[in-house]
Amino acid sequence: MKPPPFSYHDPRTVGDAVALLGRLDNAKLLAGGQSMMPMLNMRFVQPDHIIDLNKVDGLAYIREANDALEIGAMTRQRDIEFSDLVRKRIPLMHEAIQHVGHRQTRNRGTIGGSLCHLDPSAELVTVAAAMDATVTVQGPNGTRQVAFAAFPVAFMTPAIELNELVTSVSFPIWPSDHGYGFAEFSRRHGDFAITSAAALLTEDASGKITRASVTLGGVAVAPIRAVEVEQALIGQIPDDKCLREACEACRAYEAIEDIHAPASYRQHLATVMSRRALEQARARLKSSQPAKH
Amino acid sequence: MTETRKVALTVNGKRYEADAEVRLTLADFIRHTLGLTGTHLGCEHGVCGACTILFDGLTARSCLMLAVQADGHDITTVEGLAPSATELSPLQEAFRDNHGLQCGFCTPGMLTTLTEFLRENPDPTEQDVRIAISGNLCRCTGYQNIVAAALDAAKRLQAAR
Repeated sequence: MKPPPFSYHDPRTVGDAVALLGRLDNAKLLAGGQSMMPMLNMRFVQPDHIIDLNKVDGLAYIREANDALEIGAMTRQRDIEFSDLVRKRIPLMHEAIQHVGHRQTRNRGTIGGSLCHLDPSAELVTVAAAMDATVTVQGPNGTRQVAFAAFPVAFMTPAIELNELVTSVSFPIWPSDHGYGFAEFSRRHGDFAITSAAALLTEDASGKITRASVTLGGVAVAPIRAVEVEQALIGQIPDDKCLREACEACRAYEAIEDIHAPASYRQHLATVMSRRALEQARARLKSSQPAKH
Repeated sequence: MTETRKVALTVNGKRYEADAEVRLTLADFIRHTLGLTGTHLGCEHGVCGACTILFDGLTARSCLMLAVQADGHDITTVEGLAPSATELSPLQEAFRDNHGLQCGFCTPGMLTTLTEFLRENPDPTEQDVRIAISGNLCRCTGYQNIVAAALDAAKRLQAAR
């Protein structure tokens, strides 16, 4: 098995990569290769040109700026997994990335590659939606920012033009006492999630929820922000009954059906995974009492 | 029409230089061009883990890389794990003593994966080991003796320290 014939380009700067994208027809970007290479090997894609981003300078970094963590598009998933900055500032990401593939694939796989591949059950996609990430895209006319809510335009299709590439992703940092949780159901460890859920919570001094983010991965063609669940939690004490009732709203979301699970099963999993993610988030609220259950 | 490039790299401490078609996977380059057939190919799309190598010290699936991407880099394959032609590494010895292989097809990937894992996690639990090899498929052993071998190897490596 081998990829179809193509011409290979390995630019050293983002500008050169953008110029190649503008000049070449039927070109594909190669980032970490953990999705693109299988698609090439199986000839699901047959590009005339591969533009390898692995030698482009300045696309791999994790830095804090303006109450957000900015991660370069070519940052390896491994570097995110072992980053102290990520663990401290966006712990949901640290939690979720353990579920991304395997050590061998995280060593190569990149955050930009995963977000642009946009598999609906990919954990990084779910986290980006949960955290209201902003994607920075560069094209021939400079850079522009895309809110992650507007990033998926269709199944596995990001809102970037053929002559643009993603250079970084910015994750707003939640207050240090926030709670976070990530729950996933898959057949085997490291598989894509059949359904996953990410949750973020803050509470006030009386233990009432002041801010909530609940996101479902793998249920639909793009991550679902469970706005109904979020709204049901605001102002409430998050006891077991409250979480259970709020998560019932997930049963109403339209779900995809495939070889792994029927839609009704995904809807059921969505209620269970969102509740589990919220239970984790509740337990991690810094101000919460240890006994609170 | 066939585009080729020169690839110069280090494999198991030895320098190689060869021409490679740009679409050639690193796995095929290692096996067919360099003749190092210890690296096995199972699924060829990143699922089975048999083709796992160490790329600049970190595990990677060689079926998911192009040979041209290895230019200037340092690779270790299963042939490079033993200290000499007559000795095995502690991990390899543990595999032999614990019957950690049957047909041997997945073994190169298991060994390279666990070499990196034990370097980074010298004192793993059984669960840690099972997660570490979750990207490596074995159809013979039921994994039981591979896990036992990995835990045994961790003890041997600790004792040697």
